[in-house]
Amino acid sequence: MSRFIFLSFLLLCAITSVAKEAQPTGDDPAVEARLTKLGQELRCLVCQNETLADSRADLAEDLRREIREQIKAGKSDKEIIEFLTARYGQFILYRPRVTPTTYLLWFGPFVLLLGGLWILFNYIKQRRDSLTEKPLSADERRRAEELLASTPGKERT
Amino acid sequence: MIKYLLPLGIFLVLVVFLAIGLKRDPHEVPSPLIDKAAPTFRLPQLKDPSKTFSAEDMRGKVWVLNVWASWCITCRDEHPLLIEYAKTRAVPIYGLNWKDPREDALAWLDDLGDPYVLSVSDLDGRIAIDYGVYGAPETYLIDQNGTIRFKQIGPVTPDVWSNKILPLVQELNRQGTSR
Repeated sequence: MSRFIFLSFLLLCAITSVAKEAQPTGDDPAVEARLTKLGQELRCLVCQNETLADSRADLAEDLRREIREQIKAGKSDKEIIEFLTARYGQFILYRPRVTPTTYLLWFGPFVLLLGGLWILFNYIKQRRDSLTEKPLSADERRRAEELLASTPGKERT
Repeated sequence: MIKYLLPLGIFLVLVVFLAIGLKRDPHEVPSPLIDKAAPTFRLPQLKDPSKTFSAEDMRGKVWVLNVWASWCITCRDEHPLLIEYAKTRAVPIYGLNWKDPREDALAWLDDLGDPYVLSVSDLDGRIAIDYGVYGAPETYLIDQNGTIRFKQIGPVTPDVWSNKILPLVQELNRQGTSR
């Protein structure tokens, strides 16, 4: 029985793994390789967390067809990406370009990191300052000597 | 005192950001086509494929292009609204029938009514790609010079129609006549 369940589980895995793969339909392997490489940089707009290369959405298939045709027409990757961003905006790029609107996105984490380092540095500095022994001032030394001179032990004798 | 208020302050800022983030719809991608020339096309008309229609034909007019399909569920919700809007004759509404078999599209219009002056068939979805369509319904407002002035992703709600599209149409028509 458990063997049967195990086997059906395996079968299920096989079915789902087949179902998820988007099928390249072209014939020229070089074109397909470029399409896949390009598609991995691009977002499918219907299912936004999937790449254009992986998605099986209708629109993704249309866009792959479009890209395939443009590759065959001898367009460069840059031209194709230009074509797509002119229509769908930068949102289609998984790696958005560095422009004033994306400064926060690109540099924000580093700003946060620097801020964190600054806070850490200050904290350590403050703590070290409070832990190191400072030399006694003349006034304090005099008082300490007074107290030592009048130790309880001496008073008793 | 500040030691206790600072984390609270940071927390409140975070809450505000997250609240804004929750309200925004990630499916609404800002279109780069706003204030750009509407892509040209010449496509066969849905009802009479022997005739074509082009965006160029609409030069000098303010018009609305609505992307629809019979397989699109939200379009069904939007449809009665479009019929209402069309009745007011405020602005002509044209349809871009997106990747829809002709019979299905015609049956849909027979069933639910036809708000469009005419629809064109974009069978392989190429023109839709030119317009940056990624989910029907989508609606474009195009001015006299063939420039896209507004895009609605998702259904044109009464709020969008009366507060965004109609004021823009009126403004564009006023500019057009004074020119």
